[in-house]
Amino acid sequence: MGDKIFTKQGWVESLRGLAGDYMVFVPVKEGDMYAFRHLDNDTKVAFDDYHNTRMSPKSIVYPQSERMFEYSLDKQDPDCNILKEVPKTFAPQAIVGIRPCDAHAFQISKRNFDTPEYRDPWWVQRYEATTLIGLGCNSPRSTCFCTAMGGGPFDEEGLDVLMFDMGETYLVRALTDKGEAFLGKLNGGRSADKTDREAALRLSDHVRDGMPDVVPVDPIRNKEIKDIFDASFWDDVAFACLNCGTCTFLCPACWCFDVQDEVYGREGDRIRNWDSCMFPLFTLHGSGHNPRAKKFQRVRQRFMHKFKYYVDKFDDGFQCTGCGRCVQFCPVNIDIRDVLRLMSDEPPVRLSA
Amino acid sequence: MENPYLPYPVCIDNIVTETDDRSLKTFRLVFINPEDRDNFVYAPGQFAELSVPGKGEIPIGIASSPTEEGFVSFTVNRVGLVSTFLHNMKEGDIIGIRGPLGNSYPWDRMEGKNVVIIGGGFAFTTLRSSIVFMIDPKNRSRFNNIRVVYGARNPGMLLYRDELMAWEKRDDIEMHITVDGTDDPDWKYNVGFVPSVTEEKITSADNAIAIVCGPPIMIKFTQPVLEKLGFSPENIILSLEMRMKCGIGMCGRCNIGDKYVCKDGPVFSQAEMKRLPPEY
Amino acid sequence: MIELTEKIRDIAKKLLKDGTVDVFIGYKKGSVPMMNEPVLIRNPDEADLLYWDSNCGLNLCNYLTGRTDRIGILATGCNSRSIVTHIIENQIRRDQLYIVGIPCTGMIDHRAVNRAVGHREITDITESDITFTVTGKGFQETFNKADYLQGNCKVCRHRNPVEYDEMIGEPVEEQKGIEPYSDVKNIEKMSCDDKNAFFRRLIDKCIRCYACRNACPLCYCPTCFVDESRPQWVGKSIDPTDTMTFHLLRAFHCAGRCTDCGACERVCPMGISMRQFTRKLNRDAEELFSWQAGLSLTERPPLDTYRSDDYNDFIK
Repeated sequence: MGDKIFTKQGWVESLRGLAGDYMVFVPVKEGDMYAFRHLDNDTKVAFDDYHNTRMSPKSIVYPQSERMFEYSLDKQDPDCNILKEVPKTFAPQAIVGIRPCDAHAFQISKRNFDTPEYRDPWWVQRYEATTLIGLGCNSPRSTCFCTAMGGGPFDEEGLDVLMFDMGETYLVRALTDKGEAFLGKLNGGRSADKTDREAALRLSDHVRDGMPDVVPVDPIRNKEIKDIFDASFWDDVAFACLNCGTCTFLCPACWCFDVQDEVYGREGDRIRNWDSCMFPLFTLHGSGHNPRAKKFQRVRQRFMHKFKYYVDKFDDGFQCTGCGRCVQFCPVNIDIRDVLRLMSDEPPVRLSA
Repeated sequence: MENPYLPYPVCIDNIVTETDDRSLKTFRLVFINPEDRDNFVYAPGQFAELSVPGKGEIPIGIASSPTEEGFVSFTVNRVGLVSTFLHNMKEGDIIGIRGPLGNSYPWDRMEGKNVVIIGGGFAFTTLRSSIVFMIDPKNRSRFNNIRVVYGARNPGMLLYRDELMAWEKRDDIEMHITVDGTDDPDWKYNVGFVPSVTEEKITSADNAIAIVCGPPIMIKFTQPVLEKLGFSPENIILSLEMRMKCGIGMCGRCNIGDKYVCKDGPVFSQAEMKRLPPEY
Repeated sequence: MIELTEKIRDIAKKLLKDGTVDVFIGYKKGSVPMMNEPVLIRNPDEADLLYWDSNCGLNLCNYLTGRTDRIGILATGCNSRSIVTHIIENQIRRDQLYIVGIPCTGMIDHRAVNRAVGHREITDITESDITFTVTGKGFQETFNKADYLQGNCKVCRHRNPVEYDEMIGEPVEEQKGIEPYSDVKNIEKMSCDDKNAFFRRLIDKCIRCYACRNACPLCYCPTCFVDESRPQWVGKSIDPTDTMTFHLLRAFHCAGRCTDCGACERVCPMGISMRQFTRKLNRDAEELFSWQAGLSLTERPPLDTYRSDDYNDFIK
């Protein structure tokens, strides 16, 4: 299928026509922030004005809390103490307007959840049921650094469809079979011609060329783990840190979780919840020993995991997409770009200023 | 889709209190479904998640040997929420297990070698599995001499005492049982810390691989002894403990360097450990 | 502001040079506008990192807990009150501290400013005495600071430090005619159901990141009750009942100790009006016990005081 052109209004109307085929998520404004929500007849879609959602769309595939199993603790029950899978359906869903950085994050997490040895059934099934319709970024923020992380404002990796905001219209391009199938179900639009395609290319080239190339990463790849681990700057990096979960929970590429049993009377659930390496409990042994008992150790873990351990383990990319959420919303302004400069042996901008 | 988080239901078949202070008990578990039993194929050094509904899961090394058929057993130290609850359960109760998980001791590399087993305290569980596995008539010829140093604070804190005594009597395994101290006048084994007993009794590293499991302090002081004896870092094998949840390399908490202890470990050579941050 | 920044740097340099303190805690300029970062200065050469403007809304007292060295610390009115609370709760010794007081004219509410520019990206902010100017791609707007103060600063009655060793500049005039608890009074008028709905709405965005708790200088418990596993008081999922339990119990734990510094509200990544949880308790402390936290080094807070001749029967 060739590229298609939709008027902006026509696009949203077409999406509404998909109700029987997909659960469609779109960005909407809620108070001071944006979130992905179900598209229904009176949803006010925020394609035009949103930069990105506060929480990344990872929760659509990987909810913050998920019931895994249920069980009875009633001794009279023949199935007492036997865990049963919580019935779930994995109906087709589409995230429309996802930014390329957030789609990139699903590729990163996939390495964790979909491995040759084990496949996480909930993540994998929900991911496979999801079609990602990306909206290229016409005006990235100053906190964005996707190009440094191997992505880009119009990067196609991980997307099934890419939308170009051409002002009055969207140029829409299928990138995968899933994307073709999605567009095949859409009514309306016209075929894009050469002029449209050239305009889209000009737009994406122009935006990409304007991206700051501020974050050096190659030196990290070539260093030994311990050389960065034992560096002297971690105490200073960590000083202001509150050890809250803002960075990890807002991050599209953080995947760590906790498993908890919760009991209500004689019934129980096994639940998994997002967890954070910032929390001291994350590594606390039953014996009371904690290998990362100090704040700076936990801060170091987050950055080392993203930019060294992940890189060494998978020999490809970083566990970061450069979406800039942690830069914008860290309550104490610990700037991951500054930390990357330190890890690369380059002085952070603020210190050298 | 197969669900790696779903435990196999097992029945607690037998509970043995191992130590005088009653802080360690061995649970013998029998699979409720025969096909689960057939799926649970393991090698010594691996662990499993014991799943106590309503409380949670704990990763515990497998104490039985694959040569012991019909059950799996685990020796559990009473420290936290799950283990305390488990200690109060009774024979006949149902729990779950997930596994086998993690890598094992390097059995391929150990074939034809002299094996030195060094254990301390309650970390002897997967070492017991290894010994039972190696001295099984089917396997004994695959290994050269087998030397064991095992220590505990006092005689009452030694695990598997009946078996230890039985192994002492065999001539195809060299046992060096030791305690930090004892007031038992009839104690006829060693008195002394594991590192010094190792130095005294294990006189050669020729063609040998050492497996070391114990509390951090024991490991810390045993390593230089082994190095002095001539063990190369590749031939010193350690098993790490970390807080774990998923056991399959997904939840992230047992991450050390580029390894997940649950999936890439828990068994690492000293050479591998030297590359990793000391966060364990 | 530049003048105050220079003074802070000079004082920090002097204190570090003459050995009065081992470290100095202040703020450095943020890498993004309106987000300054707390910083620890160890030697005089680094003191030029220190910075001061109306975007220093984090409570520095939070960084004192457990320190054993001698510390120079910058303190506004509310920060100094939190330090006093820390001292009387034995979290730090007075003789470890050299408090550099700084009169405060309030901190800018970064959310309100972002709202005012329609969430276009602000890339720079400059400040004069009573106005500030924000700049972004294709726009520049100037606002009166008084109109964009954080909620707690709008109703602040203690802009000047209450405890200090040295003061930077002259005290500022305290705000007159403040009606400190009008928001609380509105909630008090609600029916039970409406109150319940109000607080449930308040937390429906909560992601349990604990930024509020961790930014709070009062929350120094080695293990918070939400983190306890034996017994486990609170579930760890985002079940609204558990989330509410966390917020309400935490608020009660701060009763009579909270200085309304606004750190909890400022740091919330989801923009929750966190102060709504503590305000009613602050008001009660004030009305029932004539108590505002952190004003005195010698008086005990009402909730850690017991008198055998208390006139209330229930406590005997």
